[in-house]
Amino acid sequence: MRHRGPLVSAVTPFRILPLGTPRPAIVVQNLTKTFDVPEREAGLRAALRGVFKRRTREVIAVSSVSFAIERGEIVGFLGPNGAGKTTTLKMLAGLLYPTSGEATVLGYIPWQRNAEFLRQMTLVMGQRNQLVWDIPVADSYELNRAIYRVPEHEYRETLDELSDLLDLGPLIIKPVRNLSLGERMRCEIAGALLHRPRILFLDEPTLGLDVTAQRRIRSFFREYADRYQATVLLTSHYMADVEALAKRIVVIHRGLILYDGALAGLIERFAPLKTITVDVSSPLLDPGRYGEVVSVEEGRVTIQVAKPDVAAVTNRLLADVSVTDLTISDPPIDEIIDRVFQHETIPDAEVEVPPAFART
Amino acid sequence: MSTLRGVYLAQLRISLAEQFQYRGAILIWLLGLVIQPVIYLTIWSTVAESSGDNVDGYTARSFAAYFIVAMLVNHATHTSIMWEFESRVRHGALSALLLRPIHPIHRDIATGLAFKGLTMLVALPIAGLLALAFHPVVTTPSWAVLVFVPALLLAMALRFTVEWTLAMAAFWTTSVTAINRLYFAVFIFSGYIAPIDLLREPAKTIAEVLPFRWMLAFPVELAIGRVSATEALIGITAQAAWLAAAVIALRAVWSRGIQRYSAVGA
Repeated sequence: MRHRGPLVSAVTPFRILPLGTPRPAIVVQNLTKTFDVPEREAGLRAALRGVFKRRTREVIAVSSVSFAIERGEIVGFLGPNGAGKTTTLKMLAGLLYPTSGEATVLGYIPWQRNAEFLRQMTLVMGQRNQLVWDIPVADSYELNRAIYRVPEHEYRETLDELSDLLDLGPLIIKPVRNLSLGERMRCEIAGALLHRPRILFLDEPTLGLDVTAQRRIRSFFREYADRYQATVLLTSHYMADVEALAKRIVVIHRGLILYDGALAGLIERFAPLKTITVDVSSPLLDPGRYGEVVSVEEGRVTIQVAKPDVAAVTNRLLADVSVTDLTISDPPIDEIIDRVFQHETIPDAEVEVPPAFART
Repeated sequence: MSTLRGVYLAQLRISLAEQFQYRGAILIWLLGLVIQPVIYLTIWSTVAESSGDNVDGYTARSFAAYFIVAMLVNHATHTSIMWEFESRVRHGALSALLLRPIHPIHRDIATGLAFKGLTMLVALPIAGLLALAFHPVVTTPSWAVLVFVPALLLAMALRFTVEWTLAMAAFWTTSVTAINRLYFAVFIFSGYIAPIDLLREPAKTIAEVLPFRWMLAFPVELAIGRVSATEALIGITAQAAWLAAAVIALRAVWSRGIQRYSAVGA
């Protein structure tokens, strides 16, 4: 039985909720994952010692992470390498057992890997290949159709839609090995969505693709999520992915959530500075007295100023030199994120409990 | 059940399509299939001829029958899962399989069946050629031909289950190759290089206690007519019992293995 009805009706035996309460698609509470990593110094002596006594070090990959994601929501997971993004995603997709904490996805405990749960979700990883290398893509799709029990007419319909959105066309009758990386990725994505999952975990879905391909895949996921009211949790290195898709972002670093909220709020919180760029017709003497100098070029000076001082500094600039052009902007998101990760302790980084928890 | 049937059909198609891509590999594989039994056959025929054409009831021509059938049965029951599982675990291919709402074992069963269906088409004529060359004789009663079918199927299921279970050692250790070597050393007790009747003590007792003879020697002896009706009945029962035990072991090891896999980083 495949359920395609309104998303509110759920299939869960776990919690009884008041009627009419929309339950979040994903609820994560104090989820923690530690790994025991073997530790050994380089060299033969250390190798010998390792034969008799193995030393391991506990690495905390994810540390007591909590959040909730509503049905139909698209959430971007941001963080540097090793932040714990993928580990969290893998736990939610049922590939990893957590060390402690709880999570439910559509009411299921993911790592129990209930077949009904697996039928409703997908995990797309940038470098994963589900497709069989030596045979045409369409044959691999047929296998997925059988595994996910997609009825023939629905399969045709979905495949047509996906082909259209991802511009697959003649690709699916080619053997996988003859496809370029971008083409293969598009085929992989279509294969991962043939069963029309309601939950999408996307781990670096645009990794290694050129800008055009990245843009295409981004707009595809937006379209898909829209059409099927899918819940999406996505990780990416590329800020553009997250900016284009997610209204809400969760910033994770060293296994801890640093920020959970709207993209605009992140800028508000972590970028207390504005960037002022002025084009001047006469040289600007000692630009340091206006603010922190970012760059000085022929006829153009860029400085950063604390937000409250923007108006005053702008006035002084206009009074002091002849300005031909002046722009005030937020620093690029990438820069903000970098700043977040460089300053490990952020005084104001406590995360409010998302409202969804109040109910559960 | 209809889900599984659909999955098997799709998987069979894929595996066949894949195999057709590797025609060269199949030829090389065929050489490997033939060389070993022909060597054993030649050795034992020579031994038989030098001992008045009778080694514990085996003549040169019944040796020929034994090893030609053994070649086919070995091919039917053979799996390569013990060599494949490790890379599946180590390179994360297992993760992709775990995301699907179906046990990964079905993929191996379907792939195995497809491979055998295809290669049997070549192995059978080869057996025919060997028969022309070595003139085997069999004394098979007609009931044994019937019993051979379930005996062969049970042997396939048993060997597959045992090897799949052992392959899961890859969840715990990186020394899978060492384990595999040990396994194939012990596998001589299946009757592959010599009929079990010819083994001397204590090898014979060991062979009778271990499950390997039920994966190979039993269906072979049945096919060439060296098994009485009572022995056949005992044999089928023993196969079924070993299979049940192996399935229980597989389930237990799988659930622990998968927990370990997902504990250390799938």
